[in-house]
Amino acid sequence: MKKKEKLFDFLVYLSAVCVVLALLGIVFSVFGEGVKVFKAVSFGDFLFNTEWRPTAEEPIFGIGAILVGSLVVTLGAMAVAVPLGLGSGIYLAEFAGSNFREIIKPTIELLAGIPSVVYGLFGMVVLSPFVQNYLGADIGLNLFTTSIVLGIMVVPIICSVSEDALSVVPNSLREASLGLGANKWETTVRVVVPAARSGILKSLVLGLGRAVGETMVVVMLAGGSAIIPKSIFSPVRPMPATVAAEMGETVIGSSHYHALFAISMILFIICFGLVLVANYLSNRGVEV
Amino acid sequence: MKKLLVLLMLVAVSGACWGWGKKVEKVTIAGSTTVLPIAQATAEAFMDENDNADVSVRGGGSSVGIVSVLEGTVDIGAASRLAKDKELEKAKKSGVELTKHIVAFDGIAVITDKNNSIKKISLDDLRKIYNGTYTNWKQLGGKDQTIVVISRDASSGTFETFEGKVMNKEKIIASALNLGSNNAVVTSVKTTDGAIGYVGYGYIVPDVNVLVVDGVKISIETIKSGNYPISRSLQMYTNGEPKGMAKKYLDFVKSAEGQKIVAKQGFVEIN
Repeated sequence: MKKKEKLFDFLVYLSAVCVVLALLGIVFSVFGEGVKVFKAVSFGDFLFNTEWRPTAEEPIFGIGAILVGSLVVTLGAMAVAVPLGLGSGIYLAEFAGSNFREIIKPTIELLAGIPSVVYGLFGMVVLSPFVQNYLGADIGLNLFTTSIVLGIMVVPIICSVSEDALSVVPNSLREASLGLGANKWETTVRVVVPAARSGILKSLVLGLGRAVGETMVVVMLAGGSAIIPKSIFSPVRPMPATVAAEMGETVIGSSHYHALFAISMILFIICFGLVLVANYLSNRGVEV
Repeated sequence: MKKLLVLLMLVAVSGACWGWGKKVEKVTIAGSTTVLPIAQATAEAFMDENDNADVSVRGGGSSVGIVSVLEGTVDIGAASRLAKDKELEKAKKSGVELTKHIVAFDGIAVITDKNNSIKKISLDDLRKIYNGTYTNWKQLGGKDQTIVVISRDASSGTFETFEGKVMNKEKIIASALNLGSNNAVVTSVKTTDGAIGYVGYGYIVPDVNVLVVDGVKISIETIKSGNYPISRSLQMYTNGEPKGMAKKYLDFVKSAEGQKIVAKQGFVEIN
């Protein structure tokens, strides 16, 4: 019996170690290859130069426009996802009847289970022609289309995490507020939501991380021009799209190859930072 | 723990023995990134059929491919251009007999949407569209419509060929769309009014306009003869007639089976 227990102990320990090793492996390989690009280009030029011409005779590795591309796509996605996600989260936690909630919540969470390539396909076949034909964009593969599709992908994260945060707010708070004469709306906005604010913030941060790192949708929908967008209908080229589109045909060991790793490195740092923030927020729990 | 270690070591040792036991003959290829997909795909199929073959493919560009053959560091050098006089001279000096094997032809079609009235274009005007000089089709005698310029990702061979044959060292305008595949370009051009794009010959579909460039219509014949301006042959160079596994591999690439792979990659077959 004891032997069995020890074995089990060891096995779970081993799996935990494996996970950590995998993370370390990823960090070392990405950073190890990524920093090599700074032999060919200075750190400042790499970050702030807005020209990306990796295969020109004298290649230019500037990811300024690509960074801006990621930034605007993410902001656009959040502009779609925050109202929808928070709204549905608050509705589910505070206003929906329990029967209705039992149907709606799994439905919204189902959205998170749809593979991103299916979202991309939807954007390409349905949304992009619509944007092009009815909204007057020159081409449907652009910032606007990408933001909407990315936004829909982020909704379930924001909705379910914020709903969880709201539902652990103790009922005594609601009762006290109602008892003081506040109505349901005032109670929700002034008491319950502020009490759950760190959980709600966590939902936003997690959503942000999802939007920054999403690859398939931006490859399929963003259009891929490495420019600083002039309008919401400009095509853009976010970081994950650059890496995904170019890695396949680049020469291993070239500066271009290292530059793509450096982009991954920056992406990794951003996402890692966001997860750290989310962890910090969830450790704080409910505040009263 | 100990048992696990022993097991792992056993696996490692037996794996190594298996590797040593086989007589592997290596073929190394380096060179043009345009030829890379052909080399890679044919190498995989070739190795599937020949257990004892180990074909390794590296990029580097056409110059690297030819220089590597001259220096004897690879068996086969891939190039999307012909060897220059300088390189031929150098080969003579160092006693290398550069031998050319054409493995495919590459032709790039310029396409617009079906509603566009412009059916032919000069190479010069095409460059001016892609460098941003022309932004509206009416500047070329078409209707008043913004030109939506569609290009390919900078690391694709199609981009490389187009840039080399059309752009004359000028830069493609940064606001051009960069799409990831020939199919994506075709789809976008098909559905976008005022769009122009370029795709490999194998990707032409009926519901787009294929432009006549400098008076020549793209076809297998005009690509092979080189009359169509955005076309070239893709070759592999060896030092003298290839021998052993390298010969076997090159024969495979030129065979019907190898050429089927070439066509699948969007290039034109040699036969």
